[in-house]
Amino acid sequence: MNTRRSLLKTMTAAGALAVWDAPIRYAFAGVPTDRRLVVVVLRGALDGLAAVPPHGDKGYAAMRGQLALDKTGPAGLHDLDGFFGLNPGLTNVKAMYDAREVLIFHNICSPYQNRSHFDCQNVLESGGAKPHIVNDGWLNRALTPMGLATGTGAVAVDQAPPLLLSGPVRTTSWMPAVMPEPDTAFIAKVKQLYAGDPALSAALTGAVDLQAQVKAGDDDPYAMNANHKAAYGNLVPLFAGAGKLLADPNGPRVAVLEAGGWDTHVQEGASTGNLARRLQALDQALDAMKTALGPAWSKTVVVMATEFGRTVKPNGSGGTDHGTGTAAYVLGGAVAGGHVRAEWVGLNPAVLKDGRDQPARTDLRALFKGVLAEHMGVSQAALGTTVFPDSGNVTPLKGLVRA
Amino acid sequence: MSLEGAIAAHRFGLGARPGEIDSASKSPKAWLLAQIDRPADQPKSVDGQPLLNAGQLLKLETEFRVDKFMSKTGATKDNPKPVKVQNVRKEQYMRELGARYALGFTTERPLAERLVWFWSNHFTVSSHAQAALYVGAFEREAIRPHINGTFEDMLFAVCMHPAMLIYLSNYRSIGPGSMAADKTGKGLNENLGRELLELHTLGVDGGYTQADVIAMAKLLTGWSTYADRPNGFGFYANKHEPGSITLRGKTYPAGWDGGVAAIRDLAHDPATARHVARKFAQHFIGDDPPVASVSNLEKTFKDTRGNLHALAEAAVNDPAAWTPEPKKMRPPIEYVTAAMRLTAWPHGAAGMQQDAQLRRLVRASQQMGQMPFAAPSPKGWPDDSDSWTGADALFDRIEWAKEVGNSMPATANAIAIAEQGLGPLLRSATKSVMATASSQGEALALLLSSPEVMRR
Repeated sequence: MNTRRSLLKTMTAAGALAVWDAPIRYAFAGVPTDRRLVVVVLRGALDGLAAVPPHGDKGYAAMRGQLALDKTGPAGLHDLDGFFGLNPGLTNVKAMYDAREVLIFHNICSPYQNRSHFDCQNVLESGGAKPHIVNDGWLNRALTPMGLATGTGAVAVDQAPPLLLSGPVRTTSWMPAVMPEPDTAFIAKVKQLYAGDPALSAALTGAVDLQAQVKAGDDDPYAMNANHKAAYGNLVPLFAGAGKLLADPNGPRVAVLEAGGWDTHVQEGASTGNLARRLQALDQALDAMKTALGPAWSKTVVVMATEFGRTVKPNGSGGTDHGTGTAAYVLGGAVAGGHVRAEWVGLNPAVLKDGRDQPARTDLRALFKGVLAEHMGVSQAALGTTVFPDSGNVTPLKGLVRA
Repeated sequence: MSLEGAIAAHRFGLGARPGEIDSASKSPKAWLLAQIDRPADQPKSVDGQPLLNAGQLLKLETEFRVDKFMSKTGATKDNPKPVKVQNVRKEQYMRELGARYALGFTTERPLAERLVWFWSNHFTVSSHAQAALYVGAFEREAIRPHINGTFEDMLFAVCMHPAMLIYLSNYRSIGPGSMAADKTGKGLNENLGRELLELHTLGVDGGYTQADVIAMAKLLTGWSTYADRPNGFGFYANKHEPGSITLRGKTYPAGWDGGVAAIRDLAHDPATARHVARKFAQHFIGDDPPVASVSNLEKTFKDTRGNLHALAEAAVNDPAAWTPEPKKMRPPIEYVTAAMRLTAWPHGAAGMQQDAQLRRLVRASQQMGQMPFAAPSPKGWPDDSDSWTGADALFDRIEWAKEVGNSMPATANAIAIAEQGLGPLLRSATKSVMATASSQGEALALLLSSPEVMRR
């Protein structure tokens, strides 16, 4: 079977790229911004106390029990400020933190808290105060006030855009592929087939544009085996691909990625366990994205959030069950980083939600609003109405981005 | 060939094999209902190896773990690479998938398969967890026997199947007040208790609290795996939370009986009827089904105490399901299946060649975004058109259609395949674009890329 790589070489040699009939739509006339925004949805509820352990809290070791991370030693946690630390798997994130490129928020959660993955992911992505009251994603609705409503300013690294990026503004999706591709004459005929079918036409046009862009001048098209399960497997090709797309001066400015594998009901492990390994995979993917972004990293903000946190104490199977508050992460060359920000109240059962969950003291929407305002220039008015409906009382966080 | 016959074969079936629309056209509704008057057929492996029951698989897993352990510890300086232990999980998984695909491609009871796939997705088990070895057996043992039976029976079969007990961690859950908790220091796991309420029965708005999740988890403690029975199920009284347990205001007796009574109540709860009716309507009638269609299914579910044959019959008899324009984007597995039915698989292949072909088709649907028994979460695969109309996923379908076209013999007649497979659903626009093709293979690729094959 032909790989994309070998096919690309043949096509380039034959000058065949010129015949892709769809224009590359990223050629913005006067691109409204050179800033890059990446949103990573950590599906499955990442344990914030494992990713960003409050090792200086006097209740930490007792409450976490077998899940408490080693403070020292070869697999010890990375201390950040004497109180909070990073999971031993997050070595590259630690280096970014030391370069003041990482901000972490603890005791944060979306506004709707019922411990259902599906409701809480819906709230995280739709931007509504409750599940299923808003039908599209806040990031799609933010594209218009960002000035990215024309062309294709946003890409989902997935087979179809998740709810977060779904909505009225045209977006597209991209994944590393393994099959050989049909010729352009064939695609033109398929376009005729879709003449009366707006949804299929739009999807096809989006795919053709992006394939052309990824190939243009590319000698490493990430031709490796990826699939829908990729978000649960090797994250590096996905994150590196996103970095490459965003690095292009005429490319998209906004990318959405997903990473799964956080629903640690069983054998979560401590310093070298299952969750530490999964965090290491995410850490390597983030580093690959930074490398692929090149100089554009300095203009990039990456926001990573999960639908809720987990129980503070281990459950009966060496894991943790569904909880509430957790941590959220802002990384990138444009971030005013080097801090963990939290309204910390300790880990005493008396202050935990229902005596079991990490509490939620900050509304995730405040973080999203702050990033959109400071980094992408979205107005307060748009943030409080169209982007996050009825959220006028949620004040955007400040001081996230370098002046 | 009648329009209703074609709709029956596509909207309620898996796409028409040659001659199928003719058979369906005489009396489309009767043709459909005759397919579901008994349990679904059982798939057969293509390589002739038996498909194992849950108890056998539990034993196989134990042997596999022992072998793997021995092969690791057996490594010495002189022999650094001990013989690689064959991965039984992958082998069984691929054998199950091949058998399932072959049945879908050839069955004369496509509605029965559609119901199997619907219920398998409702009660998702996924190979993402440790359950990979058991997912095929799960569908064969917990789903297929019950598609024309009752929701209650299916729910019990699901809750007692090792695949579900492992996938949602219940086999590890121990009542905090039980004898086993005292000995091991282990305790409750809420995973299955929560998803049983949220996904399998009541639905997230069905009226329950965090306290109910914990109660349900306690009711299920001790429900675990036992290799010495064919069904692989065992109840461990020493792990079960002692005493009566209150769920949603009702107190259930201590022991095994409490869990059974609670599950039975959930199966017949009005919220369950509402939740199931809505999903069923979305699947067969459309992404946004008419309110009347949903309430009719809900009433049928309640009136018949969850008779699943009656539920399917009500959907078949709903006029809203018979409009000619397609309602839904086919998910990838249905899309690959429809293409193989239209082209009268197995395309001359037999034996190992057929096995290899099936594996390629599994990979193709995986590339398009859907690997069987590998849904991303316990909620299962999405069941709406938008989720399957992504740019990249569509491009993968078109690339694959071209591959299928390239592999067809030059003697194949693509227009005949289109007319047989789609009947009155074939659009003149598709025929005229196919007429511009430079080869039969290209014409077939265009047919398989057309909206009337992508959608149903």
